[in-house]
Amino acid sequence: MGIELQNITKTFGEYKAIDNLSLSIPSGDLIALLGPSGCGKTTLLRIIAGLELADSGKIILENKDTTNLPPREKNVGFVFQHYALFRRLTVFENVAFGLKVLPFRQRPARKEIRERVEHLLKLVQMDWALKRYPSQLSGGQRQRVALARALAVNPRVLLLDEPFSALDAKVRQELRRWLRKLHDEIHVTSIFVTHDQEEALELADKIVVINKGRIEQQGTPQEVYDHPVNAFVYNFLGNVNVFHGRIKNGKVSLGNHHLDAPDELKNVEEKTSQTFIRPHEIGISRIRSNANDLEGTIREVRLQGGQIGLNIECEGLDGAIEAEVPRELFVNLQLAKGVLVFVTINRVRVFTGDYEI
Amino acid sequence: MPQPESAKSTPPVVKKRITDPRSVQVFLVGFTYLFFIGFIFLPLGLVFSQAFQKGWSFYLESIREPYAIEAVKLTLLTVAIVVPVNAVFGVAAAWAITKFNFKGKSALKSLLDLPFAVSPVIAGLIFVLLVGSRTTFGSWLGEHGIKIIFSTPGIIIATIFVTFPFIARELIPLMEAQGRDEEEAALTLGAKGWQIFGKITLPNIRWGLIYGMILCGARSIGEFGAVSVVSGHIRGQTNTIPLHVEILYSEYNFTASFAVASLLVFLALLTVVIKGGIEKQFQKKSFHL
Repeated sequence: MGIELQNITKTFGEYKAIDNLSLSIPSGDLIALLGPSGCGKTTLLRIIAGLELADSGKIILENKDTTNLPPREKNVGFVFQHYALFRRLTVFENVAFGLKVLPFRQRPARKEIRERVEHLLKLVQMDWALKRYPSQLSGGQRQRVALARALAVNPRVLLLDEPFSALDAKVRQELRRWLRKLHDEIHVTSIFVTHDQEEALELADKIVVINKGRIEQQGTPQEVYDHPVNAFVYNFLGNVNVFHGRIKNGKVSLGNHHLDAPDELKNVEEKTSQTFIRPHEIGISRIRSNANDLEGTIREVRLQGGQIGLNIECEGLDGAIEAEVPRELFVNLQLAKGVLVFVTINRVRVFTGDYEI
Repeated sequence: MPQPESAKSTPPVVKKRITDPRSVQVFLVGFTYLFFIGFIFLPLGLVFSQAFQKGWSFYLESIREPYAIEAVKLTLLTVAIVVPVNAVFGVAAAWAITKFNFKGKSALKSLLDLPFAVSPVIAGLIFVLLVGSRTTFGSWLGEHGIKIIFSTPGIIIATIFVTFPFIARELIPLMEAQGRDEEEAALTLGAKGWQIFGKITLPNIRWGLIYGMILCGARSIGEFGAVSVVSGHIRGQTNTIPLHVEILYSEYNFTASFAVASLLVFLALLTVVIKGGIEKQFQKKSFHL
């Protein structure tokens, strides 16, 4: 195992940041810790790095128990949200720092340090900036230097704390793909923390969804996205329409409408239910194609890149429904604000019971 | 790219003024100048005109006189000890307050200002009451041949007390703004405490520290109240420059008094010049902040 966490608990005063959390990550994987802000994901990362002390639990990194090692002996690479580059040192000195502070006997020779730093900076495509200071670099460039710096000490594991959240959207996209490629080359067990589900879905081998200091679900992006185990995960992993209602006799109420309940809930006695529908799993047409179609009026049209977002007010439904249609369809159907449409719900997820986010 | 219509013709002139009316500006600038003249230029000029009243040779004699030289020596000795001591204290206090969380932190932070709030005379009295020869601790020290009050150690201690907030005050906001990120990064990279301090923290606060040391030094040179209480005014032994000036003045030796005072003015002007230079550096480097 690359990283093994056993029963980690951490409280700040009354507040339980991490609640008896256990997690195993195979060597060489890239894992996303995904959760809303304040869910404890950053705290968990800092505990692994030793920047925060757990109240109880055990941390094993690459088969070595590091629970009680001081942070400087844990040998983890940590990439901070706001880069944390040493402002008075050049890019070269920043990356060389971890090697230069080694005890004399372990410290590589000057020439070796130089070669290693240059190699790493080439790896992150920053070898042109050796003599620059952090303040002379853009955010994306700084974060790449920070990554090289973290890798310089040959860390057991690499921890990235919301590494892209301070960057603008375009750079974030680029760096994401670049990090994925880099990870495929160097294969160091890595965890990155994010609250951006898109980032997690795109980048990670495995996603760990965290809420209130506990793991809600873990699995591949596909698994987590397609088969969320509960309402929280479903809700957190993308835009969603939520309708509160009741489930009774194998039917789920959706306003005044009734849908067939999913198989596993067919025999449930009467219960409150929540019905989740992803915007892109809604079909739109100008003519009724199905007896179950809802009738509605488009209230709002939003351009979202290749997709068009529609806000549709449906008859017999409390609250509007959000749908996403491809641009082509939007043009072909001549959709616009105020147009009457028929809404087909292709796929729903129903969860019984109440939940709060 | 097509130019918008309005860009071709002259843009409309905005007539509404955003600044205060001209009369207010003139008044404020004039008032500032008047104030400066009345409270800074005039007194400074007076110091020098008094100092040189009996000519250049009397001036030199006054500041070359043995008691004057002793006073200068004692003042410089005090500064040479106080500034490093307070630099160490200031860095330690600022470090503790900004990088750690501990009980009583906010109380400590407000107590830092105490020497600014309390009258220097009272500061001096506190030390007389604490280690004067009439107290048990003071007499115990006396039995062991250690004299604090009415001697150099007392002057140094009183000056340390009066000037200790300067450096910490300068560093705390700076270190607060810089946060702990860099230190934490250094920690995960395997640096030891002293390496983090020497390679990361100290370079980051360098200009703030120098700036604070200058202010602390300037105040140490000029400190009168607290030092006056603990010194005992022994000529040639426990007189600093400000005390010497006062003694000469009370002996109606005005010209000599102003001559020595002019030394203080020179030191103050020097401080201002250095401070200006540092401030410029500070601003130039502040993009690293």
